[in-house]
Amino acid sequence: MEVFVQQLINGITLGSIYGLIAIGYTMVFGIIGMVNFAHGDVFMVSAFIGLIAYLIVTAWLGIASAVGALLIVLIVAMALTSLVNWTIERIAYRPLRGSFRLAPLISAIGMSILLSNFVQVAQGPRNKSIPPLLQGEFVLMGRESYQVTLSHRQLLIWIVTAVLLVVFWYLVSRTALGRAQRACEQDQKMAALLGVDVDRTISITFVIGAALAAVAGTMYLMYYGVVNFSDGFTPGVKAFTAAVLGGIGSLPGAVVGGILIGLVETMWSAYFSIDYKDVAAFSILAITLIFLPQGLLGRPEVEKV
Amino acid sequence: MTSLLCLRGVKTYYGNIIALRGIDVDVREGEIVTLIGANGAGKSTLMMTIFGNPRAREGSIRFAGRDITGLPTHEIARLRIAQSPEGRRIFPRMTVMENLQMGAAVRDGGTAADLKRVLSLFPRLADRLSQRGGTLSGGEQQMLAIARALMGRPRLLLLDEPSLGLAPIIARQIFDIIRILNERDGLSVLLVEQNAYHALRLAHRGYVIVNGAITISGTGHELLARPEVRAAYLEGGRR
Repeated sequence: MEVFVQQLINGITLGSIYGLIAIGYTMVFGIIGMVNFAHGDVFMVSAFIGLIAYLIVTAWLGIASAVGALLIVLIVAMALTSLVNWTIERIAYRPLRGSFRLAPLISAIGMSILLSNFVQVAQGPRNKSIPPLLQGEFVLMGRESYQVTLSHRQLLIWIVTAVLLVVFWYLVSRTALGRAQRACEQDQKMAALLGVDVDRTISITFVIGAALAAVAGTMYLMYYGVVNFSDGFTPGVKAFTAAVLGGIGSLPGAVVGGILIGLVETMWSAYFSIDYKDVAAFSILAITLIFLPQGLLGRPEVEKV
Repeated sequence: MTSLLCLRGVKTYYGNIIALRGIDVDVREGEIVTLIGANGAGKSTLMMTIFGNPRAREGSIRFAGRDITGLPTHEIARLRIAQSPEGRRIFPRMTVMENLQMGAAVRDGGTAADLKRVLSLFPRLADRLSQRGGTLSGGEQQMLAIARALMGRPRLLLLDEPSLGLAPIIARQIFDIIRILNERDGLSVLLVEQNAYHALRLAHRGYVIVNGAITISGTGHELLARPEVRAAYLEGGRR
């Protein structure tokens, strides 16, 4: 029982990170029908930006408060990662719009390789670490032998994720920008007839996706304390799995899928084999595609016309 | 009198296939102009060419004295030309309200007054504001498409087959509304119709388009009286 609750807490934490990345996949797929294979590496780049920003903020500027430093790091990482993703869209995807369907996909794979290799060369192949942050924890239940804890870091990840999801939900469902974004997703030609600048809206989609990935990247860095140039791949594919499981194109689906994948991974680690946790998570991708291709919250294909 | 919309020698191609073979069309301020023709004659292509999608390969399109031939689609829309396009193109997973708000995306400022105005023209939509666009009936979708176009306070309204697939009584309601908008608000309209009889009775002037070229033009009444127009588009229809 204690193990289960503990893994539930761990799984939701991990799942929050996957969910934030998954939103980027699902939004881009929704609006231009492309799986952005570079998105995982954008997440990894954001963690490095967070790392560098953290070192500058603490070592050079001497800001001691952990929460204050994290807030600055978060904002810097979101801004710079958005700029990176905006640039990627401009140079690697937009020129290929209207080309054959696989072209931007291949370009995305190229971008993925470029980003991870660039970081490997620029930052070195070894793990980079930051000193542990926010060491405290709450003991929720348990005996002397096994205590269920919620660490301050986990709680912070939950809060930041929840707040950002509310902001993001408001942006998409209640603002003119979000309406234009959804209009482009449903009918780009009509959106243009109504005065929506489709190219700009697509750029904004990449910017929003990158900002959320940067939140995930910063949280990942803070949670594990280390980051490596190859860290884009596995979380990236897991977040993609989450997007597919939730129903690609569905924003609530991305979050639900992310949490489920996080839970599958932690539960599998606890009750079966930790070595096979990635196999378990990726099996979900295959199983979903075979038996539930539209995903849990994906929309049915039929529309009344 | 200068034209609000003025097309001169417009040629449009799909790949290497020519769709419009040098079209001259004028819409003056406060006029209803109709374009009639058979399926595949190029009516909808002309409507979309005005919006630059597909773009005219030759010729010029001027709106309110400004050359818009090379402008991007969304910038043309922001000059207050609105279109209710072929197939209505309602956003199916947005509510009726959101569809209407999208119509006002071309301009800044509040939408409340415009919302009130279009809902008084289409009271059916008022009951459906929170319903998704994709769940509306065909007639309601057509009303929504026109209402959405009106939300941007257009100077020129392009209507592509507003009566297509509708029950005759609903089609008549829609024609009545077009007339009201023209007479009361002075709205200029370019109307594409297969229902040539109604369209020509409503319009001040009309053009007949055959195989990508204008063959006949004149006032609505003149065209209604022309034997070749009657033979091709009216006989066998009403009256």
